[in-house]
Amino acid sequence: MAKMTLEELRKLRDSKKSDLRKRDIAGKDFQIIIGMGTCGIAAGAKGVFDAFMEELDARKLDNVAVTQTGCMGLCYVEPTVEIIAPDMPPVIYGKVDATVARLIVEDHIMKKKMVSDHVFDRPSADIIKDGGK
Amino acid sequence: MHASLCDFLLDIGHNAIEADSKNICLTIREERFLIDFTVKDDGKGMSEEVKKKVSDPFYTDGVKHKSRKVGLGIPFLIQAVEAVGGRFSLESELGKGTTVFFRFIKNHIDCPPIGDFVSTFVALLSFKEGYQMVINRSLLLDENKEEYQLDRLELLELLEDFSTIGNLKLLKSYVQSQEAALDEIRRQGWQK
Repeated sequence: MAKMTLEELRKLRDSKKSDLRKRDIAGKDFQIIIGMGTCGIAAGAKGVFDAFMEELDARKLDNVAVTQTGCMGLCYVEPTVEIIAPDMPPVIYGKVDATVARLIVEDHIMKKKMVSDHVFDRPSADIIKDGGK
Repeated sequence: MHASLCDFLLDIGHNAIEADSKNICLTIREERFLIDFTVKDDGKGMSEEVKKKVSDPFYTDGVKHKSRKVGLGIPFLIQAVEAVGGRFSLESELGKGTTVFFRFIKNHIDCPPIGDFVSTFVALLSFKEGYQMVINRSLLLDENKEEYQLDRLELLELLEDFSTIGNLKLLKSYVQSQEAALDEIRRQGWQK
């Protein structure tokens, strides 16, 4: 595979853009926030990040934003993932691996049904004020 | 403990992002038996006093988590580096920034696997904070050298944001194609 140039990336972006618009139905209301602190990384959060990317792409769910943050204060159940979805309370899932990530996409995001076995908490009280920054 | 060298890079790189840096420069120089990482930022830096304490796993500045008593990122790294006879150094000045350097000996039996640079770079580039990050990655095998550079602001201008899946996938395929050129000279090296 030859190295892609920025110009080629631009062309690829333009060709995908029309595609994206067609799929974008409910706006960017869904948010997946992955904890990438030392604790998260040690527990495999990077693999979870990759799994969400693959699963959302496979299901063509482009209206979901995936972002990363530091430790959310639940180190004992890492990797942790917060899901913000319209009409649902924000939820923090713990002990998330690639399989659970796929379940979250299928159940929580697509069917609006929580993955009960992995629901943990809101962030610890000591970091909630600053939003976990 | 982290499973791969890339995990250490992600951890230390994330420290730089969280230190309110405007400019972060990551350099990864890989050779046949060595791999050197440099994470340089212009963030808030550390005082002499704090610098002495960073290697202590029971020290944290307590800003983010008030009641927490541990800070494991750098101690993990030092432990892993020492296990393979590598090197670790940290230079920092309060208000000016921090530079962390670490070296792993790849063929040491206790050296963790290198890991996946592509997903690590995608993760490092796509944190939501506003920062510039330049990643210089090179591989030198005998006389063959291959290298590439990723410039966060340049890519961000092109792709607009790094949170939607479509854009993250585009970013990933771009990084993948750059890293593939390094795999090519690695393959040539084996054939010799």
